[in-house]
Amino acid sequence: MASLSREEVAHVAKLARLELTDEQIDTFTPQLAAILDHAADVEALDLDDVPPTSHPYPLKNVWRPDVPRHAGIRDAVLAAAPATRDGMFVVPSVLGDAP
Amino acid sequence: MTATEIAAAVRAGERGARSVVEEHLVAIDRREAELHAFNLVLREEALAAADAIDAMVAAGHDPGPLAGVPIALKDNLCTTGIPTTCSSKILAGWKPPYDATVVERLSAAGAIVVGKTNLDEFAMGSSTENSAFGPSKNPHDITKVPGGSSGGSAVAVAAGFAPLALGSDTGGSIRQPAALCGVVGVKPTYGRVSRYGLVAFASSLDQIGPFATTVADAAALYEVIAGYDERDSTSIPEAVPTVLDRLDHGVSGLRVGLVRELCQAEGIASDVASRVAAAAEALSAAGAKVDAVSVPAVIYGLSAYYLIAPAEASSNLARYDGVRYGLRVDAPTTGEMYDRTRTAGFGAEVERRIMLGTYALSAGYYDAYYGKAQKVRTLIIRDFEAAYERFDVLISPTSPTTAFTLGAKADPLAMYLNDVCTIPSNLAGHPAMSVPFGVGDDGLPVGIQVMANALDEVTMFRVAAALEGALA
Amino acid sequence: MTDASVLPDGWEMVIGLEVHCELATATKLFCCCANNFGDEPNTNTCPTCLGLPGSLPVLNEKAVELAMRLGRALNCEINRSVFSRKNYFYPDQPKDYQVTQYDLPTNLGGYLDLPSGMRIGITRAHIEEDTGKLNHVGGGGRIHDADHSLVDYNRSGVPLVEIVSEADMRSSEQAREYASELRAILLATGVSDAKMEEGSMRVDANVSVHHIGEPWGTRCEIKNLNSLRSLGRAIDHEALRQIDLLDNGETVRQETRHWDEASGRTGTLRVKEDADDYRYFPEPDLVPLEPSDEDIARIDAALPKLPAARRAALSEAAGIAATDGGVVMAVERGLDDLALATISGGGDASRVLTHIEHNLAVEGAESLSAAHFATLVTMETGGKLTATQAKSVLAEMVTSGQAPADIAKAHGFEALDTGALEGIVDDLIAAHPDEWEQFRTGDDKARGKLTGFFMGKVMQASKGQADGKAATALLRQRAGL
Ligand SMILES: [Mg+2]
Ligand SMILES: [Zn+2]
Repeated sequence: MASLSREEVAHVAKLARLELTDEQIDTFTPQLAAILDHAADVEALDLDDVPPTSHPYPLKNVWRPDVPRHAGIRDAVLAAAPATRDGMFVVPSVLGDAP
Repeated sequence: MTATEIAAAVRAGERGARSVVEEHLVAIDRREAELHAFNLVLREEALAAADAIDAMVAAGHDPGPLAGVPIALKDNLCTTGIPTTCSSKILAGWKPPYDATVVERLSAAGAIVVGKTNLDEFAMGSSTENSAFGPSKNPHDITKVPGGSSGGSAVAVAAGFAPLALGSDTGGSIRQPAALCGVVGVKPTYGRVSRYGLVAFASSLDQIGPFATTVADAAALYEVIAGYDERDSTSIPEAVPTVLDRLDHGVSGLRVGLVRELCQAEGIASDVASRVAAAAEALSAAGAKVDAVSVPAVIYGLSAYYLIAPAEASSNLARYDGVRYGLRVDAPTTGEMYDRTRTAGFGAEVERRIMLGTYALSAGYYDAYYGKAQKVRTLIIRDFEAAYERFDVLISPTSPTTAFTLGAKADPLAMYLNDVCTIPSNLAGHPAMSVPFGVGDDGLPVGIQVMANALDEVTMFRVAAALEGALA
Repeated sequence: MTDASVLPDGWEMVIGLEVHCELATATKLFCCCANNFGDEPNTNTCPTCLGLPGSLPVLNEKAVELAMRLGRALNCEINRSVFSRKNYFYPDQPKDYQVTQYDLPTNLGGYLDLPSGMRIGITRAHIEEDTGKLNHVGGGGRIHDADHSLVDYNRSGVPLVEIVSEADMRSSEQAREYASELRAILLATGVSDAKMEEGSMRVDANVSVHHIGEPWGTRCEIKNLNSLRSLGRAIDHEALRQIDLLDNGETVRQETRHWDEASGRTGTLRVKEDADDYRYFPEPDLVPLEPSDEDIARIDAALPKLPAARRAALSEAAGIAATDGGVVMAVERGLDDLALATISGGGDASRVLTHIEHNLAVEGAESLSAAHFATLVTMETGGKLTATQAKSVLAEMVTSGQAPADIAKAHGFEALDTGALEGIVDDLIAAHPDEWEQFRTGDDKARGKLTGFFMGKVMQASKGQADGKAATALLRQRAGL
């Protein structure tokens, strides 16, 4: 599966919201391919009957009581934000809607 | 003076915290310019904190187990009102409105934060060369790297800037720089130390841990930061056994396994290998039963790690989008603002890992990459479990080589291979630490890695203490 | 019941609904910020729901409890569940991923029985976090014309349950019925306040059309349906739009469409792209949910009696179909307990339900005495009160709480006895020979008209105390019909 195409790299950059130059894509493509080739040993393993581990230490049903607590950080956060107005964060026009 | 000695003297009123801090600030002034351990030195804050400690002692109160002990914090630990940059342009100048849990515990224990230390951007690297603010240098030879990603913390302790430091370890980021700088570095069991307030790199692997010049100091710091925290859902809800009072229990009768796959891994230098052999002899001389053991699945560790860690990172680092905090590069639309901000804000290695992780998670590749890697984790855990049925601890090199020259490893894959010995413990969530054990042919420090089963930090520390004692 | 009639002959529509409900918790899903509607922008925020570096989520126990309660109310199976991250960039998302349940949701495979008797499958009901709110400035607040937007994260991290139905509905009427029945269940279980106007219950409709007997067409998802009325109108409009396209040889594009209540039409919101690649993976900052059998038993035990069961019980007691309007209304208005008590108190079931359906849509109806109600209905069926009289007595019973007999007496309500009625009718026949002739010999239409004429006279003469039914019967008898 490895050996990555330039197009794939460009598509991934789009998903990751990175604006890569052609030069950067040219550098990244072989580097990423090399790493993926190194991962080929894992890719080759037959692990159908092996369960995945997403947490090294098995815990379950971790929750907290439904009790409100005011963090009181609003002003500090807004003061340090790139752009705010009327207690809100300002963003440029949003083209396209959320999924 | 070690951290434990300082704390004892300050608590006893024999020594003022202010003089302790001043002494370390002098050490910082002497070498910080050439070593670049810190992104920020908190001179005034540290002196004020010291005065507060001295006032407590004068008033007959006990400031705690780390009374007056200067400590350096990796700059990916949140500190209220104090810049926390992760050595990234995208967070330059960002001041968290809250403290990490470990930071709260440190001040409750009387420790004094003297600065925020340099790291590979967002903890992605093994040399601290990926810092947006320039590399740190190895105090033993400034042409060499200190290792990474917690390079600044390792340098701070090795150079005597602070007797203690905190780092974070996702694939070896505490143990490897500890080894390269000749200090003690500890990665506790995953979930032992709260991650609340640690800026995430790879959430299922990240763990905060101590740097110190002695095993006892590392244990003292571990005892302060370890323990359940309701603000971290992956925090282990169990009492933490004390370590300090068991350090001198020795190793006689302990079963020590030399991990074959790690001792013979690709690129292990012969001088490093012979130090590991010497460590094995020292332990058997101290009464341990040392034997070789095979943990077959660890050979897949590096590949699994470089799929899992970037995948989680690609999601964890999505939030740096210029909307709420940190860098924003203006643009006519929000989409372009995202693209320009992230491209301008992230360095090449971070971009590379975000790309890799995005690819590993993307449609059609999940099963082959991320899914497979999560299953490899299961294999590694199983093989470790088998090994821990026959052994109490496992040992290996921490790093394949001693400190390498700055700029020597331009190829990303070559750099990743540094982590081959440290990664398996992160994937398994097991505790592991690096303890200095002599020097290599180049006279630079070599570290021995001691690994233990989940929650068995005590045995791990005992073995490390024995190795430390064998050198003395 | 179905109004598939809006479609041209030979066409059928297929509808599935996705309903997002805000859970009735005090705090957000993963942090301790207040779950409040309409506060000052960004006041209910903390490091976690602002996605600040280093922050972590901790699950709200109440949210899990409510989600499982809803699951059981919808006859779902409760499973071991795992939260995942849905990755996409959008400014209302502080982490640029949404924490939701993907391949392992809490609730799977249930159903919901509509009052009309139809059973709609429930695919899943999973827990997820809400996003913040974007306020578009300039361009009349429309996203595409706005020159910038303001983000408020008060809603970010509010707990939602997303209920996904099977594509079992075939008309907008069924869709409306499903939504209102689901709302009734949400309210009955206390899972959500389910206010469509305030957005605490948000309905998205997936609509496709096809020629009956042929495979289903491409579906479009309609968003922004904030009332049952919009839901019905939007579905019908969308189905007709798609049929129009297909009739003109065009194809339906899979896309998300936006309902504009004002113009009464849907418009393209977002075309589904291949670029939609959410890179779901298990959320490493949270651990799995594994409710025990005891937990589930506890949830079941705490479930209130649900609308469908209440309709069944009333229908059983009344000997009337559960789909009957009276039964449905009684349950919808929470008057089913009153109906049951009144019927067991001897009141005629169909009269009881008729009164509840038509005469008891009023304040205080629920506190009506079942004994009094039963007495009233018995007086009515025993001919002691006319329907009209019974109605006004009932109204006064609700306001005054007095016994029906006393109220009737106070009004001098007494149905005329048969003798007096015969007298009045015979006098009228004698007084209006021509009309009587037409009544006897005329066709149904004429007779209908003249029935009205004579009844008017009867009521005049009896000052409204005559029983209409009895009088009509007498007229026909006199006419030998
Ligand atoms: Mg959803
Ligand atoms: Zn919050």
